[in-house]
Amino acid sequence: MNINMTLIGQTIAFAIFVWFCIKYVWPPISTALHERQKKIADGLDAASRASRDLELAQEQASQTLQESKEQASQILEQANKRSAQIVEEAREQARAEGERLLVGARAEIDQEMQRAKEDLRAQVSHLAVIGAERILEGSVDEKAHRKLLDELAAEL
Amino acid sequence: MAAGNEVSPAYYIQHHLQNLTFGKHPENGWSLAHSAEEAREMGFWAIHLDTMGWSIAMGLLFIWVFRKAGKVATTGVPGTLQNIVEMVFEFVENMTRATFHGKNSKIAPLALTLFVWILFMNTLKILPVDYFPELFKRLGVDYMKIVPTTDPNATLGMAFGVFCLIIYYSIKIKGVGGFAKELSFTPFNHWALIPFNLLLEVVALLVKPFSLAMRLFGNMFAGEVIFILIALLPFWAIWLLDVPWAIFHILIIVLQAFIFTVLSVVYLSSAHEHH
Repeated sequence: MNINMTLIGQTIAFAIFVWFCIKYVWPPISTALHERQKKIADGLDAASRASRDLELAQEQASQTLQESKEQASQILEQANKRSAQIVEEAREQARAEGERLLVGARAEIDQEMQRAKEDLRAQVSHLAVIGAERILEGSVDEKAHRKLLDELAAEL
Repeated sequence: MAAGNEVSPAYYIQHHLQNLTFGKHPENGWSLAHSAEEAREMGFWAIHLDTMGWSIAMGLLFIWVFRKAGKVATTGVPGTLQNIVEMVFEFVENMTRATFHGKNSKIAPLALTLFVWILFMNTLKILPVDYFPELFKRLGVDYMKIVPTTDPNATLGMAFGVFCLIIYYSIKIKGVGGFAKELSFTPFNHWALIPFNLLLEVVALLVKPFSLAMRLFGNMFAGEVIFILIALLPFWAIWLLDVPWAIFHILIIVLQAFIFTVLSVVYLSSAHEHH
């Protein structure tokens, strides 16, 4: 319990320990702690930023989906319209073709009829000639009455 | 352990409270004291080898552990040692930030040193009171008082160190004139009351280290005496009383280390303040 030199010794030890602590113990621990704090803060920051980004991306995605849906329906509508148009056109074309064919057929029929008439006429004139010949017993000179007969056939 | 039948309780207590003293005896010259009287006769020029040895050992333990933790300190996931060290570190750092209002990066490490060092020295008290005296007796050493904080020299030595820092920072921050002015014009700002102020302030200043040292020493010494008294009781009573007292002392050990540290920081904070 006596007060003696221990007091001074203890003061010196105290000074040395404090000095050592200030110089070599405190700085590395302090640095590591603060760096970790910063790292954690950065991490939290990044996480919140990422969630914000995600929200934004989701919004964008839904918007894009909406747009594409609209576009698809538009395309569908257009296609429907186009198909209707094509059908209409085809129908029109078919009708025109039909008509054309009809006209062609009619012309052919006319032609055929004309030819038949021609034939008929020729034959009638021939028959008439033969008939007349029979009646006149060959008095009719075919060559002489040719012109007359032709005129007759044309009149038929 | 009871002291045995041949020694009186008074001798047993005195023996346990006697430091291993090396000093200049008027008759024997520089030597180890073999009795309390010899130690007293040595006067100031003596040194308590046990106090110095154990306190330095505890200080080195502190430095070794914390330096090791500091060296391997990573910013990633900390290990067990780093975790414990960081807990203490943050505790002291927060305490300093709350208590110390000046700008000085050296105060927090100072507080850490004080806190952990005193905590380690106090913790030696949990060791049974007879182990080390008995062990060293077998080795031929008469006395061995292992708890440095039950030696007023140790607590006064540390408080004296803090006191030097108080004076140093007072003068550094306020200048010699500023410091003198603070001592002369507080609490009464009138020239006629300068002597009174001076007396009051100087006493208040000088009381600071003593209050620090005596509070720690008183608490630790009283606890130690109780441990020794308990050791003198019959066998069945020893552990019945020793265990609760030791458990209670876990609180005292931390609390006293904390009080010493906080008050040191408070004193240093007021040394940094302008009035």
